[in-house]
Amino acid sequence: MSRARADEEEYWHSSKFRAFTFDDEDDELSQLKESKRAVNSLRDIVDDDDDDDDLERVSWSGEPVGSISWSIKETASSSTSSLEGRDSSLQKGSSSYAAFPKQVSSYSLSSLFKGRNKLPSFQSFSDALSDMGVKNYAPELRRPKAEYKDYSSDWSPKDTVRRMQRGKVCSLERFRSLQDKLVLLDEAVAGHDGNVITAVLIFLKRTLKREILFRELEVRQVALCHLIHFLKETGEQKLLLDLLRFLDRTEEVALSQYREHLNIQDVEKRREFLKGCIGLPFSAEDTSHIQDHYTLLERQIIIEAHDRHLEAAGQSEIFRKYPRKASILNMPLVTTLFYSCFYHYTEAEGTFSSPTNLKKTFKIPDKQYVLTALAARAKLRAWDDVDALFTTKNWLGYTKKKAPIGFHRVVEILQRNNAPVQVLQEYVRLVEDVETRLNLATKYKCHDVVIETYRDLKDRIQLTAYKCKVERGSAEEEKINSILNNVQIRWKN
Amino acid sequence: MAAHLSSGRVNLTALREAGRRELREFLDKCAGSKAIVWDEYLTGPFGLIAQYSLLKEHEVEKMFTLKPGRLPQADVKNIIFFVRPKLELMDIITDNVLREDRGRSPQRDFHILFVPRRSLLCEQWLKEQGVLGSFIHREQYSLDLIPFDGDLLSMESESAFKECYLESDQTSLYHAAKGLMTLQALYGTIPQIFGKGECARHVANMMIRMKREFPGSQNSIFPVFDTLLLLDRNVDLLTPLATQLTYEGLIDEIYGIQNTYVKLPPEKFAPKKQGEGGKDLPTEPKKLQLNSAEELYAEIRDKNFNAVGSVLSKKAKIISAAFEERHHAKTVGEIKQFVSQLPHMQAARSSLANHTSIAELIKDITTSEDFFDNLTVEQEFMSGIDTDKVNNYIEDCIAQKHPLIKILRLVCLQSVCNSGLKQKVLDHYKREILQTYGYEHILTLNNLEKAGLLKPQTSGRNNYPTIRKTLRLWMDDVNEQNPNDISYVYSGYAPLSVRLAQLLARPGWRSIEEVLKMLPGPHFEERQQLPTGLQKKRQHGENRVTLVFFLGGVTYAEIAALRFLSQMEDGGTEYVIATTKLINGTSWIKSLMEKLEPAPF
Repeated sequence: MSRARADEEEYWHSSKFRAFTFDDEDDELSQLKESKRAVNSLRDIVDDDDDDDDLERVSWSGEPVGSISWSIKETASSSTSSLEGRDSSLQKGSSSYAAFPKQVSSYSLSSLFKGRNKLPSFQSFSDALSDMGVKNYAPELRRPKAEYKDYSSDWSPKDTVRRMQRGKVCSLERFRSLQDKLVLLDEAVAGHDGNVITAVLIFLKRTLKREILFRELEVRQVALCHLIHFLKETGEQKLLLDLLRFLDRTEEVALSQYREHLNIQDVEKRREFLKGCIGLPFSAEDTSHIQDHYTLLERQIIIEAHDRHLEAAGQSEIFRKYPRKASILNMPLVTTLFYSCFYHYTEAEGTFSSPTNLKKTFKIPDKQYVLTALAARAKLRAWDDVDALFTTKNWLGYTKKKAPIGFHRVVEILQRNNAPVQVLQEYVRLVEDVETRLNLATKYKCHDVVIETYRDLKDRIQLTAYKCKVERGSAEEEKINSILNNVQIRWKN
Repeated sequence: MAAHLSSGRVNLTALREAGRRELREFLDKCAGSKAIVWDEYLTGPFGLIAQYSLLKEHEVEKMFTLKPGRLPQADVKNIIFFVRPKLELMDIITDNVLREDRGRSPQRDFHILFVPRRSLLCEQWLKEQGVLGSFIHREQYSLDLIPFDGDLLSMESESAFKECYLESDQTSLYHAAKGLMTLQALYGTIPQIFGKGECARHVANMMIRMKREFPGSQNSIFPVFDTLLLLDRNVDLLTPLATQLTYEGLIDEIYGIQNTYVKLPPEKFAPKKQGEGGKDLPTEPKKLQLNSAEELYAEIRDKNFNAVGSVLSKKAKIISAAFEERHHAKTVGEIKQFVSQLPHMQAARSSLANHTSIAELIKDITTSEDFFDNLTVEQEFMSGIDTDKVNNYIEDCIAQKHPLIKILRLVCLQSVCNSGLKQKVLDHYKREILQTYGYEHILTLNNLEKAGLLKPQTSGRNNYPTIRKTLRLWMDDVNEQNPNDISYVYSGYAPLSVRLAQLLARPGWRSIEEVLKMLPGPHFEERQQLPTGLQKKRQHGENRVTLVFFLGGVTYAEIAALRFLSQMEDGGTEYVIATTKLINGTSWIKSLMEKLEPAPF
């Protein structure tokens, strides 16, 4: 890790790559500050700008007065509003482009595409499909007679699709033969309007045998995609799975089925469901993840039941001292590991809740495990556990400190958990890269480490300069003095 | 109100006006007093077309947000639902209608306005719920392309990318084609169409077909646009994943710009007035509109953030000096002149104050160690360094449980810059993500794989270096203050999409045939015949106007790069930009994530 850091450092300094920084850091910042000062000082000169009529009126939330979202709040609370003032200026604004050719303004968006029939269409395709069993609150009179005529007309598939694209009513019942229906579908697909394609698919789904529908869609990929999307949207899970199975899209079947677990709130049922998912035809890699998902939830249920009981009984010190904030159910694996390092650290490997057991079962990499355990034990200020985490013994019985994550990371995590300087110092000392070590030691006031490092670097100037960072008359100052007075050291400066 | 729409080369006020007219027409169909029930998502885009005053002129007395339950009391004749065609919204409407008190008199009439298109599926759904007959008017409001600025149009269709590239649903492409037909009806037929990508091909086909089928759309308007360039987002998956480094791009990355509005933490905007010190700070976020109507914003939004500070300080000096003038005003005439300038000066001052505060907020973030580290990794990937092994920084971020979207952005970036990851590397990332963030994210990872953002390297060949070199995507000497190349928007990386636009204008795509073949989808050229008399006779030195349509989304940094090209001396081309949605890496990845049920607590 520290090697990577050093490489990175070198890379930034030596190479052609630039990072995104302000070159003249202080200068830029001071410029900003200066502008701010200048601007703020002006407030004294000018009046409150809220009263300024020439500026757009803005309520504190910034919503311009008269905007739609502002008005929703406004009109919902009272029917009177004081917006009259805005109207005139609005009109002015929108008519100020007199230079624009006149004929344009006679267009409206929809009129550009409306067909010959100018009548508004009240009737929809679906009304036309079947009987009007629903009570109608709209009086019959309002439906223009002209609309009725259209059903009887003999529209070709092409015209039908075109009319539907324009939002017109068309009866599809006339298309009886499979051949006709497929021509209609192909026309809809050629028109690219998803709305129309879906409408035709609804019709086909209702009037065709499932096998035939599936078979025909298999050779019509665009329509097929629309049907799948539509089935997902409407939640017709069973038909969707049948279709995917028919198409031999097994992995999709598996994922689609697995997705269902999200809708199951009850954990026992969810666990059962996940168990059923294990055998589904996922890719090899995914299969092991699904298996892990199931195993994890199974574990969590056991741990949760046990710990809830323990907590309620009030016998366990750790639960009394640190009551659980939430249940562990449905939490990610790493969170579960943290939990078990926090509450069940010392347990034997045989128990389901022990960290080592979790590590083994889920093949958690060393790095991940150490990070999580460190964070959990540091939070509990269990410094001995932290120490043990990094201590290894070789075959001669000598102990050695080793961290798979790099000691600078260890220091960061400890510092975040407010470790005392004595503890912090020990790990700062272990940071291999000298520059990183100095930086961390200075940042976290590990004076001894700084002093020793400068001594080892034989850097008299820096060491002398550091004297002003330590307290007068402290042991640290004495230490610096004694080193500076040591005639044995051959200073490099 | 909308003057900034007419400031560009193409007067987009006409488009807005057409939208307003259609809205009025619909409102007048429902005679009498009205209440509008809003699909909340629509209020933002509608706000760019009309304000409440327009609705009020047409007897809209009340407005509510769509939510389940009984509709609020309102003594109006009509209740109009303004909604997107989505099934979950239909369920809410059904609930509203079924709970309506039948006994009340007079009864209220119901109407639905679908935006942007009526949906037969939704109507079918309403019918199954037994309420379809309750609606008198069921219509559509074709709000396809909404003018955002003088050179910017968006459909604000959030799910367009997902639908096109994940679900192969082309409905949003159909809407895009419709929007383009509207534009052509207003601004003349666009004689030349270029495109790259499957979706681009589809849209061009639809346009040609629509033109054939609606002879009425033959118009006699002199063409404003010379060229249309249709670009698939999946031709350039890289650009949105990188962190944008322009001022506007960073505002969007950090705070998210919605329909030209941004919400900012209020602390830095507290009014500092004498005698008010120590009063409670505002807790509501500060909301600001960002567009070219604000002179200062128009000047700085497309600059690299590193160049913004100096502009702001220069402006501060100018304004201070202007206010100082008052001491020199001696005669009545001079004082009068000073006073007459005050409103403008005050506006400039408040604008400067706002942007100084925003710049400070952003600077706090861009100078943080994590921002630096993240950017370092991004730039390494984009310049082709160590893209084929597990990255330390990404691993660290996972271990520290940084937001999942950040992780996904980086991993996808690495994958795209390596033409896919080695299977071992991909599996490693996947396992770490699932173990740390939860196994259910397997669904999201699958979506990303399907969209091509995260994939195993199949061919065993990495094309990215060739593409990078040929298109000069990585520039070593970037001038952030006075840029001479579009790569300034990402401090080194030149957005691929914009490079394609640039090379199309000069010297033409023939020069990069080989690279175009490496990018997904076909590239093509179409010509639309113009009636004689409408063919353009170009004045010497007159710029061409190209409309670039990004299918699947565009970032603010890409917009900035195109604006930079528009302003280049001897550039010869001015750009207008259209898209299905304004995006950034975060909002984009989010749109591809599986909607997970919220945690049970």
